[in-house]
Amino acid sequence: MSTIARRALPPLALGAVVILLWQVLVVALDINAYVLPSPAAILTQVTSYAPILIGAAIVTGTNALIGLVVGTVLGIVLALVAVSSRVFDELTGPLVAALAVIPIVALAPVLYTMYGADVQLARQVVAGVSVFVPVFINTLRGLRQTTPVHRDLMRAYAAGRWQMMRTLTLPTARPFIFTGVRIASSLSVIAALVAEYFGGPRGGLGTFITSSVSQSDYARAWSYVVASILLGLIFYVVALGIEVFALRHQRT
Amino acid sequence: MSSGRKNAAPTTGAAVSVGRLDKVFDTKGGTVHALQGIDVEVAAGEFVSLIGPSGCGKSTLLRIIADLEQPTGGTVTVFGKDARRARLDQDYGIAFQQSGLLGWRTIAANIELPLELHGVGARDRHARSAELLDLVGLTEFADRFPDQLSGGMQQRVAIARSLAERPNLLLMDEPFGALDEMTRERMQTELVRICAETGAAVVFVTHSIPEAAFLSDRVVVMSPRPGRIQRVVDVDVDLGPAHERTDALREDRRFFGAVTAIREALHAGSASAGTPDGAQRITGPTGPDDRHDRLTEPA
Repeated sequence: MSTIARRALPPLALGAVVILLWQVLVVALDINAYVLPSPAAILTQVTSYAPILIGAAIVTGTNALIGLVVGTVLGIVLALVAVSSRVFDELTGPLVAALAVIPIVALAPVLYTMYGADVQLARQVVAGVSVFVPVFINTLRGLRQTTPVHRDLMRAYAAGRWQMMRTLTLPTARPFIFTGVRIASSLSVIAALVAEYFGGPRGGLGTFITSSVSQSDYARAWSYVVASILLGLIFYVVALGIEVFALRHQRT
Repeated sequence: MSSGRKNAAPTTGAAVSVGRLDKVFDTKGGTVHALQGIDVEVAAGEFVSLIGPSGCGKSTLLRIIADLEQPTGGTVTVFGKDARRARLDQDYGIAFQQSGLLGWRTIAANIELPLELHGVGARDRHARSAELLDLVGLTEFADRFPDQLSGGMQQRVAIARSLAERPNLLLMDEPFGALDEMTRERMQTELVRICAETGAAVVFVTHSIPEAAFLSDRVVVMSPRPGRIQRVVDVDVDLGPAHERTDALREDRRFFGAVTAIREALHAGSASAGTPDGAQRITGPTGPDDRHDRLTEPA
């Protein structure tokens, strides 16, 4: 316990000092709110608009979560197909590489016109595609980590393809899959949120950030940014927690 | 249940029979003749070691018997069946230099792995793993994970796992190769006891001369490029049956005699290219030997 405190205290102290300095500078130099609002002003917004912030976070978080789940499932399933079919692997390899370099949120306006601007689906698709890439790449890599001695053993046991997958290949890949999901967890929030900048129904954190800025309500905009950071943090910490729990007996 | 059937497997006749076996590998640098004209027979319950320098094909021979690799020519039968059939029927247990334990399974679950793959029920599996943990002296570690055990303990688990289906044949590829000398001797003594209890035939690959002498009824000495059988040393003539040996034998004069016999057969193999009586040439290809080569082979 004391070691956790010793490790957590210095960064917390640093954060507090930075926020304090920020507050002092904004007040002392009389900085305009449109340049940088003070932490106190942002905090006032956060506390007085908490229900709206939480509502917006739930809208964005739901989109991110749906994208995360669907993208993860697709990523794992397609990686399994790729590892068992050479043809499929060679077909999809370049496509996934291309997908990885496309700025997926840039597709949001196109998707809004495809699916209609009044549904959340476009945002979920954007989040799902962003999630798919790291999960697919990491899973595929993990599925290729079995060692020769383990493969020899499974062959000596006359294990079938499915048995091999279930008892050796998938468990070996598990740390890689969880790393992919952990990276994807915060990506899904970013993607779902940024996709809101390009239109679609109101209600999410992204739309409130843009509308607050357009109304010159900078402290309000920042309060949504704070909520976005917390949402991303929740996704990441939950993914990390699941990973640590699932891999408690697996060190790689 | 499949493990019950194993008890009924034949105990008479040859456990392993290898005839005129050839193995050629195609590599980038051309073809490599790994094994040439290998004839070996291992009787039921017999302990046979394969020894020789790196590249003599001893591991390849074991892997062919296990049907992990295919021969280029010749025949392999295990209890009268071809190697593939024997593998599918789980007629042998196998252990390698690396324990190959699955890190996310407990020790007991690792031992039960082959039983689980072959559809043995949970209760029978647990009973068998408890029995085997007792055999290798690791009962209190049943619920631990592999990375909580020392290298020697992990190897004992691997041996217990190889015994899970009561095979009448054990194939072991340098199972003690990565262990320190003290642990290694203890493991050898333990293996002698386990073999006596199970009555299984063993094919044991090693590059340690004392290990081969201590464990084996017969030692097959191999030479490299191409991998051939140089000589077969009958250790049991002087030392008695392998499964009756104890630690005291290690300081016995007869044991040193067996070590010397294997050693001379090995060095005869490595020197056979240039000298008619290879046994006399016991140093490596150093200065004096080069001169010796020039004297005997004036080019």
